Amino acid sequence: MTSIGTGYDLANSIFSPDGRNFQVEYAVKAVENGGTSIGIRCKDGVVLAVEKLVTSKLLKPSANKRIATVDRHLGVVYSGMIPDGRHFIDRARDEARAWRDTFKTPISTADLASRMGGYMQAYTLYQSVRPFGITAIVGGFDSTAEATVDGEVGAGPSCGAGGKVAGKTHGGPFLYMIEPSGLYWGYYGAATGKGRQAAKAELEKLDLGGPAGGPALTLEEAVKEAARIIYVAHDDDKEFELEMTWISGLDGPTKGLHQEVPKALREEAERLAKKAQEGKMEE
Amino acid sequence: MDHRPQAWGRPRDDVYGAYDASYLQTNGPKTATQSPIVTGTSVIAIKFKDGVVMAADNLASYGSLARFTDVKRLRPFLSTSIVGFGGDVSDMQFLDRHLNELAIDEAYEHESTATTDTDSPSKTGQLNAANLHKYLSKLMYRRRSDFDPLWNQVLVAGFDAHAKPFLASVDLRGTTFTSPSLATGFGAMLAQPIMRRFAATEEDAAALTREQAVDVVKECMKVLFYRDARSLDRYSIAVVTKDGVELSEDEQLEKQSWAFAERIRGYGTQVV
Repeated sequence: MTSIGTGYDLANSIFSPDGRNFQVEYAVKAVENGGTSIGIRCKDGVVLAVEKLVTSKLLKPSANKRIATVDRHLGVVYSGMIPDGRHFIDRARDEARAWRDTFKTPISTADLASRMGGYMQAYTLYQSVRPFGITAIVGGFDSTAEATVDGEVGAGPSCGAGGKVAGKTHGGPFLYMIEPSGLYWGYYGAATGKGRQAAKAELEKLDLGGPAGGPALTLEEAVKEAARIIYVAHDDDKEFELEMTWISGLDGPTKGLHQEVPKALREEAERLAKKAQEGKMEE
Repeated sequence: MDHRPQAWGRPRDDVYGAYDASYLQTNGPKTATQSPIVTGTSVIAIKFKDGVVMAADNLASYGSLARFTDVKRLRPFLSTSIVGFGGDVSDMQFLDRHLNELAIDEAYEHESTATTDTDSPSKTGQLNAANLHKYLSKLMYRRRSDFDPLWNQVLVAGFDAHAKPFLASVDLRGTTFTSPSLATGFGAMLAQPIMRRFAATEEDAAALTREQAVDVVKECMKVLFYRDARSLDRYSIAVVTKDGVELSEDEQLEKQSWAFAERIRGYGTQVV
Protein backbone atom coordinates (compact mmCIF):
# COMPACT_ATOMS: atom_id res chain seq x y z
CA MET A 1 0.00 0.00 0.00
CA THR A 2 1.33 3.36 -1.01
CA SER A 3 -0.34 5.03 1.92
CA ILE A 4 1.83 3.31 4.51
CA GLY A 5 4.22 5.72 6.13
CA THR A 6 2.27 8.79 5.12
CA GLY A 7 0.88 9.08 8.65
CA TYR A 8 -2.75 8.95 7.63
CA ASP A 9 -3.10 5.34 8.69
CA LEU A 10 -2.17 5.84 12.33
CA ALA A 11 -5.55 6.66 13.78
CA ASN A 12 -9.24 6.82 13.26
CA SER A 13 -10.70 10.27 12.91
CA ILE A 14 -8.09 11.33 10.38
CA PHE A 15 -8.93 11.06 6.72
CA SER A 16 -6.22 10.67 4.13
CA PRO A 17 -6.18 13.48 1.56
CA ASP A 18 -7.97 11.23 -0.93
CA GLY A 19 -10.80 10.64 1.54
CA ARG A 20 -10.06 7.24 3.02
CA ASN A 21 -10.00 5.99 6.58
CA PHE A 22 -7.09 3.57 6.55
CA GLN A 23 -7.83 2.12 9.99
CA VAL A 24 -11.16 0.89 8.68
CA GLU A 25 -9.47 -0.61 5.64
CA TYR A 26 -6.99 -2.44 7.85
CA ALA A 27 -9.91 -3.78 9.90
CA VAL A 28 -11.35 -5.19 6.67
CA LYS A 29 -8.00 -6.97 6.19
CA ALA A 30 -8.44 -8.62 9.60
CA VAL A 31 -11.83 -9.90 8.44
CA GLU A 32 -10.37 -11.26 5.23
CA ASN A 33 -8.14 -13.60 7.22
CA GLY A 34 -10.98 -15.11 9.24
CA GLY A 35 -12.89 -18.32 8.51
CA THR A 36 -15.68 -17.94 5.94
CA SER A 37 -19.16 -17.08 7.23
CA ILE A 38 -22.26 -17.11 5.09
CA GLY A 39 -25.94 -16.36 5.49
CA ILE A 40 -28.76 -17.43 3.19
CA ARG A 41 -32.20 -15.87 3.28
CA CYS A 42 -34.73 -18.18 1.71
CA LYS A 43 -38.48 -18.47 1.35
CA ASP A 44 -39.25 -19.69 4.85
CA GLY A 45 -36.25 -18.79 6.95
CA VAL A 46 -32.59 -17.96 7.28
CA VAL A 47 -29.53 -20.24 7.46
CA LEU A 48 -26.22 -19.13 8.95
CA ALA A 49 -23.04 -21.15 8.53
CA VAL A 50 -19.42 -20.70 9.43
CA GLU A 51 -16.19 -22.49 8.57
CA LYS A 52 -14.70 -22.80 12.04
CA LEU A 53 -10.97 -23.27 11.62
CA VAL A 54 -9.56 -25.71 14.16
CA THR A 55 -6.41 -24.04 15.46
CA SER A 56 -5.37 -26.87 17.75
CA LYS A 57 -6.06 -30.55 18.19
CA LEU A 58 -6.35 -29.86 21.91
CA LEU A 59 -9.63 -28.01 21.41
CA LYS A 60 -12.77 -29.95 22.21
CA PRO A 61 -14.74 -30.72 19.04
CA SER A 62 -18.00 -28.75 18.65
CA ALA A 63 -17.23 -26.63 21.72
CA ASN A 64 -16.59 -22.87 21.45
CA LYS A 65 -19.58 -22.07 19.29
CA ARG A 66 -19.14 -19.27 16.79
CA ILE A 67 -22.77 -18.52 15.98
CA ALA A 68 -24.67 -16.82 18.77
CA THR A 69 -28.32 -16.25 19.54
CA VAL A 70 -29.62 -12.76 20.25
CA ASP A 71 -33.02 -12.60 21.93
CA ARG A 72 -34.79 -15.73 20.64
CA HIS A 73 -35.32 -15.10 16.97
CA LEU A 74 -31.99 -13.66 15.82
CA GLY A 75 -28.66 -15.22 15.02
CA VAL A 76 -25.27 -13.59 14.55
CA VAL A 77 -22.23 -15.05 12.82
CA TYR A 78 -19.04 -13.18 12.07
CA SER A 79 -15.62 -13.50 10.45
CA GLY A 80 -12.53 -11.84 11.79
CA MET A 81 -11.27 -11.25 15.30
CA ILE A 82 -13.19 -13.54 17.63
CA PRO A 83 -12.96 -11.34 20.76
CA ASP A 84 -14.36 -8.42 18.75
CA GLY A 85 -17.19 -10.68 17.64
CA ARG A 86 -17.90 -11.74 21.22
CA HIS A 87 -18.18 -8.11 22.22
CA PHE A 88 -20.39 -7.39 19.23
CA ILE A 89 -22.75 -10.15 20.40
CA ASP A 90 -22.76 -8.87 23.99
CA ARG A 91 -23.76 -5.49 22.68
CA ALA A 92 -26.40 -6.94 20.36
CA ARG A 93 -27.94 -8.80 23.32
CA ASP A 94 -27.96 -5.59 25.35
CA GLU A 95 -29.69 -3.78 22.49
CA ALA A 96 -32.29 -6.54 22.17
CA ARG A 97 -33.00 -6.41 25.90
CA ALA A 98 -33.19 -2.62 25.95
CA TRP A 99 -35.64 -2.79 23.05
CA ARG A 100 -37.84 -5.20 24.99
CA ASP A 101 -37.65 -2.98 28.09
CA THR A 102 -38.85 -0.02 26.08
CA PHE A 103 -41.30 -1.47 23.59
CA LYS A 104 -42.33 -4.74 25.33
CA THR A 105 -41.86 -6.62 22.08
CA PRO A 106 -38.96 -8.39 20.37
CA ILE A 107 -36.57 -6.28 18.28
CA SER A 108 -36.90 -6.69 14.53
CA THR A 109 -33.92 -7.83 12.48
CA ALA A 110 -33.78 -4.49 10.65
CA ASP A 111 -33.76 -2.55 13.92
CA LEU A 112 -31.03 -4.68 15.42
CA ALA A 113 -28.95 -4.29 12.24
CA SER A 114 -29.48 -0.53 12.43
CA ARG A 115 -28.49 -0.31 16.09
CA MET A 116 -25.41 -2.48 15.58
CA GLY A 117 -24.47 -0.65 12.39
CA GLY A 118 -24.53 2.57 14.37
CA TYR A 119 -22.44 1.00 17.10
CA MET A 120 -19.76 -0.24 14.69
CA GLN A 121 -19.69 3.13 12.94
CA ALA A 122 -19.02 4.92 16.23
CA TYR A 123 -15.76 2.94 16.42
CA THR A 124 -14.52 4.65 13.25
CA LEU A 125 -14.84 8.15 14.64
CA TYR A 126 -12.45 8.53 17.54
CA GLN A 127 -8.71 8.60 18.19
CA SER A 128 -9.17 6.51 21.29
CA VAL A 129 -10.66 3.44 19.66
CA ARG A 130 -10.05 1.11 16.75
CA PRO A 131 -12.69 -0.25 14.41
CA PHE A 132 -14.14 -3.74 14.91
CA GLY A 133 -12.07 -6.38 13.19
CA ILE A 134 -15.16 -8.29 12.13
CA THR A 135 -17.86 -8.39 9.52
CA ALA A 136 -21.03 -9.69 11.10
CA ILE A 137 -23.98 -11.38 9.43
CA VAL A 138 -27.24 -10.93 11.29
CA GLY A 139 -30.14 -13.21 10.41
CA GLY A 140 -33.58 -13.25 11.93
CA PHE A 141 -37.21 -14.15 11.48
CA ASP A 142 -39.58 -11.38 12.53
CA SER A 143 -42.83 -12.97 13.66
CA THR A 144 -45.61 -12.89 11.10
CA ALA A 145 -48.18 -13.52 13.84
CA GLU A 146 -50.28 -10.85 15.52
CA ALA A 147 -47.67 -9.00 17.59
CA THR A 148 -47.87 -9.84 21.26
CA VAL A 149 -46.80 -7.54 24.03
CA ASP A 150 -44.52 -8.90 26.76
CA GLY A 151 -46.49 -9.48 29.93
CA GLU A 152 -49.86 -9.04 28.25
CA VAL A 153 -52.55 -11.01 30.01
CA GLY A 154 -55.60 -10.95 27.78
CA ALA A 155 -56.26 -11.90 24.18
CA GLY A 156 -57.86 -8.56 23.34
CA PRO A 157 -60.72 -8.28 20.85
CA SER A 158 -61.21 -11.43 18.77
CA CYS A 159 -60.72 -9.47 15.52
CA GLY A 160 -57.17 -8.63 16.63
CA ALA A 161 -55.51 -5.23 16.47
CA GLY A 162 -57.11 -2.57 14.28
CA GLY A 163 -55.60 -0.39 11.58
CA LYS A 164 -54.79 -3.30 9.30
CA VAL A 165 -54.69 -3.29 5.54
CA ALA A 166 -56.35 -6.36 4.05
CA GLY A 167 -53.90 -8.80 2.53
CA LYS A 168 -50.88 -6.99 3.94
CA THR A 169 -48.49 -9.22 5.79
CA HIS A 170 -45.60 -8.29 8.01
CA GLY A 171 -42.51 -9.98 9.38
CA GLY A 172 -40.60 -12.75 7.64
CA PRO A 173 -36.97 -13.77 7.19
CA PHE A 174 -34.29 -11.06 7.04
CA LEU A 175 -30.56 -11.02 6.55
CA TYR A 176 -28.10 -8.18 7.07
CA MET A 177 -24.34 -7.88 6.89
CA ILE A 178 -22.48 -5.24 8.90
CA GLU A 179 -18.95 -4.24 7.93
CA PRO A 180 -16.19 -2.63 10.05
CA SER A 181 -17.05 0.78 8.61
CA GLY A 182 -20.55 0.44 10.08
CA LEU A 183 -21.99 -0.06 6.63
CA TYR A 184 -24.91 -2.48 6.69
CA TRP A 185 -27.10 -3.71 3.89
CA GLY A 186 -29.83 -6.27 3.62
CA TYR A 187 -28.95 -9.28 1.48
CA TYR A 188 -30.51 -12.33 -0.12
CA GLY A 189 -27.25 -14.14 0.49
CA ALA A 190 -24.19 -12.81 2.32
CA ALA A 191 -20.63 -14.07 2.62
CA THR A 192 -17.54 -12.78 4.39
CA GLY A 193 -14.15 -14.02 5.52
CA LYS A 194 -11.38 -15.76 3.68
CA GLY A 195 -13.49 -17.67 1.17
CA ARG A 196 -15.98 -14.90 0.46
CA GLN A 197 -15.23 -14.62 -3.25
CA ALA A 198 -15.89 -18.29 -3.95
CA ALA A 199 -18.86 -18.26 -1.60
CA LYS A 200 -20.40 -15.19 -3.25
CA ALA A 201 -19.99 -16.77 -6.66
CA GLU A 202 -21.88 -19.83 -5.41
CA LEU A 203 -24.55 -17.74 -3.67
CA GLU A 204 -25.23 -15.85 -6.88
CA LYS A 205 -26.07 -19.13 -8.60
CA LEU A 206 -28.80 -19.95 -6.07
CA ASP A 207 -32.44 -19.13 -6.56
CA LEU A 208 -33.01 -16.87 -3.58
CA GLY A 209 -36.10 -15.16 -4.97
CA GLY A 210 -34.04 -12.03 -5.52
CA PRO A 211 -35.14 -8.89 -7.36
CA ALA A 212 -36.30 -11.07 -10.27
CA GLY A 213 -38.70 -12.84 -7.91
CA GLY A 214 -39.54 -16.45 -8.59
CA PRO A 215 -39.70 -19.42 -6.26
CA ALA A 216 -36.98 -19.26 -3.66
CA LEU A 217 -35.06 -22.06 -2.02
CA THR A 218 -36.69 -23.86 0.90
CA LEU A 219 -35.01 -23.87 4.30
CA GLU A 220 -33.82 -27.48 4.06
CA GLU A 221 -32.37 -26.92 0.61
CA ALA A 222 -30.68 -23.80 1.92
CA VAL A 223 -29.06 -25.80 4.73
CA LYS A 224 -27.59 -28.20 2.17
CA GLU A 225 -26.45 -25.35 -0.08
CA ALA A 226 -24.88 -23.57 2.90
CA ALA A 227 -22.88 -26.67 3.81
CA ARG A 228 -21.80 -27.11 0.19
CA ILE A 229 -20.74 -23.48 -0.15
CA ILE A 230 -18.65 -23.62 3.03
CA TYR A 231 -16.92 -26.73 1.66
CA VAL A 232 -16.37 -25.05 -1.74
CA ALA A 233 -14.97 -21.92 -0.11
CA HIS A 234 -12.71 -23.92 2.17
CA ASP A 235 -8.98 -23.92 1.61
CA ASP A 236 -8.20 -27.67 1.57
CA ASP A 237 -5.11 -28.03 3.71
CA LYS A 238 -6.64 -26.86 6.98
CA GLU A 239 -8.87 -28.68 9.47
CA PHE A 240 -12.27 -27.12 10.04
CA GLU A 241 -15.64 -27.69 11.60
CA LEU A 242 -18.90 -26.70 9.97
CA GLU A 243 -21.27 -24.86 12.28
CA MET A 244 -24.79 -24.15 11.07
CA THR A 245 -27.87 -22.59 12.57
CA TRP A 246 -31.29 -21.81 11.17
CA ILE A 247 -34.38 -19.76 11.89
CA SER A 248 -37.81 -20.56 10.51
CA GLY A 249 -41.24 -19.02 10.98
CA LEU A 250 -43.68 -20.20 13.64
CA ASP A 251 -44.94 -22.94 11.32
CA GLY A 252 -41.44 -24.16 10.45
CA PRO A 253 -39.02 -26.56 12.13
CA THR A 254 -37.63 -24.05 14.68
CA LYS A 255 -40.95 -22.35 15.48
CA GLY A 256 -39.54 -18.85 15.09
CA LEU A 257 -36.45 -19.53 17.21
CA HIS A 258 -32.78 -19.34 16.25
CA GLN A 259 -31.40 -22.83 16.74
CA GLU A 260 -28.57 -25.09 15.78
CA VAL A 261 -29.34 -27.23 12.73
CA PRO A 262 -30.13 -30.74 14.08
CA LYS A 263 -27.16 -33.07 13.99
CA ALA A 264 -28.76 -35.55 11.59
CA LEU A 265 -29.57 -32.86 9.02
CA ARG A 266 -26.16 -31.25 9.36
CA GLU A 267 -24.36 -34.56 8.84
CA GLU A 268 -26.52 -35.30 5.81
CA ALA A 269 -25.71 -31.84 4.40
CA GLU A 270 -21.99 -32.40 5.03
CA ARG A 271 -22.13 -35.79 3.35
CA LEU A 272 -23.72 -34.24 0.25
CA ALA A 273 -21.21 -31.38 0.35
CA LYS A 274 -18.27 -33.78 0.45
CA LYS A 275 -19.79 -35.81 -2.38
CA ALA A 276 -20.18 -32.69 -4.52
CA GLN A 277 -16.55 -31.78 -3.76
CA GLU A 278 -15.32 -35.22 -4.84
CA GLY A 279 -17.41 -35.00 -8.01
CA LYS A 280 -15.66 -31.76 -8.86
CA MET A 281 -12.21 -33.23 -8.22
CA GLU A 282 -12.81 -36.00 -10.75
CA GLU A 283 -13.91 -33.61 -13.49
CA MET B 1 -51.60 39.58 32.00
CA ASP B 2 -48.39 38.11 33.27
CA HIS B 3 -46.00 37.59 30.41
CA ARG B 4 -43.08 36.10 32.34
CA PRO B 5 -42.14 32.68 30.98
CA GLN B 6 -42.42 31.03 34.42
CA ALA B 7 -46.10 32.00 34.46
CA TRP B 8 -46.91 30.47 31.07
CA GLY B 9 -49.64 27.88 31.20
CA ARG B 10 -50.32 28.43 34.89
CA PRO B 11 -53.58 29.53 36.46
CA ARG B 12 -53.54 33.29 36.90
CA ASP B 13 -52.88 34.36 40.47
CA ASP B 14 -55.24 37.35 40.13
CA VAL B 15 -58.10 34.99 39.22
CA TYR B 16 -57.37 31.81 41.15
CA GLY B 17 -55.14 33.06 43.96
CA ALA B 18 -51.54 32.08 44.56
CA TYR B 19 -50.74 28.41 44.04
CA ASP B 20 -50.09 26.51 47.27
CA ALA B 21 -46.59 25.25 46.59
CA SER B 22 -46.73 22.85 49.53
CA TYR B 23 -48.57 20.44 47.22
CA LEU B 24 -45.38 20.17 45.18
CA GLN B 25 -43.33 18.89 48.10
CA THR B 26 -41.15 16.02 47.06
CA ASN B 27 -39.77 15.14 50.47
CA GLY B 28 -42.81 13.30 51.81
CA PRO B 29 -42.74 9.73 53.09
CA LYS B 30 -41.84 6.98 50.62
CA THR B 31 -44.95 5.15 49.50
CA ALA B 32 -45.30 1.73 47.97
CA THR B 33 -48.15 -0.62 47.11
CA GLN B 34 -50.49 -0.66 50.09
CA SER B 35 -52.99 -3.07 48.62
CA PRO B 36 -53.56 -4.88 45.33
CA ILE B 37 -55.83 -3.25 42.72
CA VAL B 38 -56.70 -5.64 39.91
CA THR B 39 -56.54 -9.14 41.29
CA GLY B 40 -56.72 -12.76 40.30
CA THR B 41 -58.18 -15.30 42.68
CA SER B 42 -57.10 -18.87 43.49
CA VAL B 43 -54.47 -20.94 41.75
CA ILE B 44 -54.57 -24.66 42.48
CA ALA B 45 -52.12 -27.44 41.69
CA ILE B 46 -51.63 -31.10 42.46
CA LYS B 47 -48.77 -33.50 41.79
CA PHE B 48 -49.30 -36.85 40.12
CA LYS B 49 -47.19 -39.83 39.08
CA ASP B 50 -45.24 -38.11 36.30
CA GLY B 51 -45.83 -34.42 36.76
CA VAL B 52 -48.02 -31.66 38.09
CA VAL B 53 -51.41 -30.26 37.09
CA MET B 54 -52.15 -26.59 37.72
CA ALA B 55 -55.25 -24.48 37.10
CA ALA B 56 -56.48 -20.92 37.58
CA ASP B 57 -59.54 -19.16 36.24
CA ASN B 58 -59.30 -16.41 33.60
CA LEU B 59 -60.70 -13.58 35.69
CA ALA B 60 -59.06 -10.38 36.88
CA SER B 61 -61.31 -8.56 39.38
CA TYR B 62 -61.31 -4.86 40.14
CA GLY B 63 -62.50 -5.08 43.70
CA SER B 64 -65.75 -7.00 43.37
CA LEU B 65 -66.16 -6.05 39.70
CA ALA B 66 -65.41 -8.88 37.26
CA ARG B 67 -63.29 -6.53 35.15
CA PHE B 68 -61.23 -8.69 32.74
CA THR B 69 -62.44 -12.12 31.71
CA ASP B 70 -59.67 -13.45 29.48
CA VAL B 71 -56.66 -13.09 31.71
CA LYS B 72 -53.99 -15.75 31.45
CA ARG B 73 -52.58 -16.37 34.90
CA LEU B 74 -50.58 -19.51 34.17
CA ARG B 75 -47.22 -18.70 32.62
CA PRO B 76 -44.84 -21.29 31.18
CA PHE B 77 -41.13 -20.84 31.86
CA LEU B 78 -38.53 -22.28 29.43
CA SER B 79 -41.27 -24.79 28.46
CA THR B 80 -40.21 -26.92 31.43
CA SER B 81 -42.00 -25.23 34.31
CA ILE B 82 -45.25 -23.40 34.91
CA VAL B 83 -45.83 -20.45 37.20
CA GLY B 84 -49.35 -19.66 38.45
CA PHE B 85 -50.09 -16.20 39.80
CA GLY B 86 -52.72 -15.17 42.34
CA GLY B 87 -53.04 -11.59 43.56
CA ASP B 88 -52.20 -8.34 41.82
CA VAL B 89 -52.24 -8.58 38.02
CA SER B 90 -49.84 -5.70 37.31
CA ASP B 91 -47.29 -7.26 39.66
CA MET B 92 -47.85 -10.51 37.79
CA GLN B 93 -47.06 -8.72 34.53
CA PHE B 94 -43.91 -7.30 36.05
CA LEU B 95 -42.85 -10.76 37.18
CA ASP B 96 -43.78 -12.25 33.82
CA ARG B 97 -41.60 -9.77 31.96
CA HIS B 98 -38.81 -10.34 34.43
CA LEU B 99 -39.01 -14.11 34.00
CA ASN B 100 -39.08 -13.69 30.22
CA GLU B 101 -35.83 -11.74 30.42
CA LEU B 102 -34.40 -14.39 32.72
CA ALA B 103 -35.41 -17.15 30.29
CA ILE B 104 -33.71 -15.38 27.37
CA ASP B 105 -30.51 -14.94 29.39
CA GLU B 106 -30.68 -18.57 30.47
CA ALA B 107 -30.84 -19.64 26.83
CA TYR B 108 -27.66 -17.60 26.12
CA GLU B 109 -25.82 -19.30 28.98
CA HIS B 110 -26.70 -22.79 27.94
CA GLU B 111 -26.80 -22.66 24.19
CA SER B 112 -23.43 -24.36 23.92
CA THR B 113 -24.72 -27.43 25.75
CA ALA B 114 -28.26 -27.27 24.43
CA THR B 115 -28.49 -29.50 21.42
CA THR B 116 -31.63 -29.61 19.35
CA ASP B 117 -31.06 -33.31 18.78
CA THR B 118 -32.39 -34.36 22.16
CA ASP B 119 -35.94 -33.28 22.55
CA SER B 120 -35.77 -33.53 26.32
CA PRO B 121 -37.16 -30.29 27.72
CA SER B 122 -34.93 -30.35 30.79
CA LYS B 123 -31.59 -29.48 29.28
CA THR B 124 -28.69 -29.99 31.60
CA GLY B 125 -27.84 -26.92 33.59
CA GLN B 126 -30.98 -25.00 32.73
CA LEU B 127 -33.06 -23.52 35.51
CA ASN B 128 -35.52 -26.14 36.71
CA ALA B 129 -38.70 -25.46 38.67
CA ALA B 130 -36.93 -25.85 42.04
CA ASN B 131 -34.30 -23.28 41.01
CA LEU B 132 -36.99 -20.96 39.69
CA HIS B 133 -38.95 -21.23 42.94
CA LYS B 134 -35.84 -20.44 44.96
CA TYR B 135 -35.17 -17.43 42.74
CA LEU B 136 -38.73 -16.15 43.06
CA SER B 137 -38.71 -16.63 46.83
CA LYS B 138 -35.54 -14.52 47.13
CA LEU B 139 -37.06 -11.87 44.88
CA MET B 140 -40.33 -11.74 46.84
CA TYR B 141 -38.53 -11.64 50.19
CA ARG B 142 -36.25 -8.87 48.99
CA ARG B 143 -39.22 -6.82 47.85
CA ARG B 144 -41.11 -7.27 51.11
CA SER B 145 -37.93 -6.28 52.99
CA ASP B 146 -37.88 -3.08 50.94
CA PHE B 147 -41.47 -2.50 52.12
CA ASP B 148 -42.52 -2.72 48.47
CA PRO B 149 -43.90 -6.22 48.11
CA LEU B 150 -45.06 -7.78 44.87
CA TRP B 151 -48.64 -8.53 45.83
CA ASN B 152 -48.84 -12.09 44.60
CA GLN B 153 -49.02 -15.60 45.81
CA VAL B 154 -47.27 -17.78 43.29
CA LEU B 155 -47.26 -21.51 42.62
CA VAL B 156 -44.31 -23.00 40.77
CA ALA B 157 -44.65 -26.44 39.18
CA GLY B 158 -42.21 -28.55 37.21
CA PHE B 159 -39.34 -30.83 38.08
CA ASP B 160 -36.47 -30.64 40.56
CA ALA B 161 -32.82 -31.57 40.04
CA HIS B 162 -33.62 -35.26 40.60
CA ALA B 163 -36.30 -35.14 37.89
CA LYS B 164 -39.03 -35.61 40.52
CA PRO B 165 -42.28 -33.63 40.16
CA PHE B 166 -41.92 -30.34 42.02
CA LEU B 167 -44.58 -28.03 43.42
CA ALA B 168 -44.04 -25.11 45.78
CA SER B 169 -45.48 -21.74 46.65
CA VAL B 170 -44.14 -18.33 47.57
CA ASP B 171 -46.21 -15.37 48.71
CA LEU B 172 -45.80 -11.61 48.96
CA ARG B 173 -43.88 -11.96 52.24
CA GLY B 174 -41.42 -14.42 50.78
CA THR B 175 -42.92 -17.29 52.74
CA THR B 176 -42.36 -20.58 50.98
CA PHE B 177 -43.74 -24.03 51.41
CA THR B 178 -44.31 -27.17 49.48
CA SER B 179 -46.85 -29.96 49.53
CA PRO B 180 -48.25 -32.65 47.18
CA SER B 181 -51.14 -30.26 46.51
CA LEU B 182 -51.22 -26.48 46.89
CA ALA B 183 -53.77 -23.74 46.50
CA THR B 184 -53.65 -19.96 46.90
CA GLY B 185 -56.31 -17.56 48.11
CA PHE B 186 -59.81 -18.96 48.57
CA GLY B 187 -58.58 -22.22 47.09
CA ALA B 188 -56.56 -22.83 50.24
CA MET B 189 -59.88 -23.12 52.11
CA LEU B 190 -62.10 -24.64 49.46
CA ALA B 191 -59.93 -26.70 47.11
CA GLN B 192 -57.10 -27.88 49.34
CA PRO B 193 -59.33 -30.22 51.48
CA ILE B 194 -60.65 -31.85 48.30
CA MET B 195 -57.18 -32.29 46.80
CA ARG B 196 -55.87 -33.70 50.10
CA ARG B 197 -58.45 -36.48 49.87
CA PHE B 198 -56.55 -37.69 46.80
CA ALA B 199 -53.00 -36.64 47.60
CA ALA B 200 -52.47 -36.26 51.33
CA THR B 201 -48.89 -37.52 51.10
CA GLU B 202 -46.16 -37.72 48.46
CA GLU B 203 -46.86 -41.47 48.22
CA ASP B 204 -50.53 -40.82 47.45
CA ALA B 205 -49.58 -38.26 44.82
CA ALA B 206 -47.12 -40.69 43.26
CA ALA B 207 -49.98 -43.16 42.82
CA LEU B 208 -52.25 -40.69 41.00
CA THR B 209 -52.55 -40.94 37.23
CA ARG B 210 -52.63 -37.91 35.02
CA GLU B 211 -56.35 -38.36 34.31
CA GLN B 212 -57.17 -38.61 38.01
CA ALA B 213 -55.17 -35.48 38.80
CA VAL B 214 -56.83 -33.52 35.99
CA ASP B 215 -60.27 -34.69 37.19
CA VAL B 216 -59.54 -33.60 40.78
CA VAL B 217 -58.37 -30.19 39.61
CA LYS B 218 -61.42 -29.72 37.39
CA GLU B 219 -63.69 -30.70 40.28
CA CYS B 220 -61.91 -28.17 42.51
CA MET B 221 -62.33 -25.42 39.89
CA LYS B 222 -66.04 -26.17 39.88
CA VAL B 223 -66.31 -25.97 43.67
CA LEU B 224 -64.37 -22.70 43.57
CA PHE B 225 -66.75 -21.28 40.99
CA TYR B 226 -69.73 -22.31 43.13
CA ARG B 227 -68.45 -20.72 46.31
CA ASP B 228 -65.92 -17.99 45.41
CA ALA B 229 -67.70 -14.81 44.30
CA ARG B 230 -64.50 -13.53 42.59
CA SER B 231 -64.21 -16.48 40.23
CA LEU B 232 -65.16 -17.39 36.68
CA ASP B 233 -66.30 -20.50 34.82
CA ARG B 234 -63.59 -20.10 32.17
CA TYR B 235 -60.17 -21.23 33.26
CA SER B 236 -56.69 -22.27 32.20
CA ILE B 237 -55.21 -25.66 32.97
CA ALA B 238 -51.61 -26.74 32.56
CA VAL B 239 -50.05 -30.18 32.78
CA VAL B 240 -46.27 -30.33 33.27
CA THR B 241 -44.59 -33.60 32.43
CA LYS B 242 -41.12 -34.57 31.28
CA ASP B 243 -42.33 -33.91 27.73
CA GLY B 244 -42.92 -30.26 28.54
CA VAL B 245 -45.84 -28.02 29.38
CA GLU B 246 -49.29 -28.52 27.91
CA LEU B 247 -51.25 -25.35 28.54
CA SER B 248 -54.87 -24.87 27.61
CA GLU B 249 -56.06 -21.34 28.24
CA ASP B 250 -59.74 -21.41 27.36
CA GLU B 251 -61.46 -24.20 29.27
CA GLN B 252 -65.10 -24.07 30.25
CA LEU B 253 -66.42 -25.60 33.49
CA GLU B 254 -68.54 -28.59 32.59
CA LYS B 255 -71.44 -30.38 34.28
CA GLN B 256 -72.28 -27.63 36.72
CA SER B 257 -75.16 -28.31 39.04
CA TRP B 258 -76.59 -25.39 40.96
CA ALA B 259 -79.24 -27.55 42.71
CA PHE B 260 -77.50 -26.94 46.03
CA ALA B 261 -78.16 -23.22 45.63
CA GLU B 262 -81.88 -23.80 46.07
CA ARG B 263 -81.30 -24.78 49.67
CA ILE B 264 -79.25 -21.74 50.56
CA ARG B 265 -81.32 -19.17 52.40
CA GLY B 266 -80.60 -15.74 53.79
CA TYR B 267 -78.84 -14.04 50.87
CA GLY B 268 -79.94 -11.59 48.21
CA THR B 269 -83.61 -11.36 47.40
CA GLN B 270 -84.59 -14.65 48.98
CA VAL B 271 -86.85 -14.57 51.98
CA VAL B 272 -85.87 -16.94 54.76
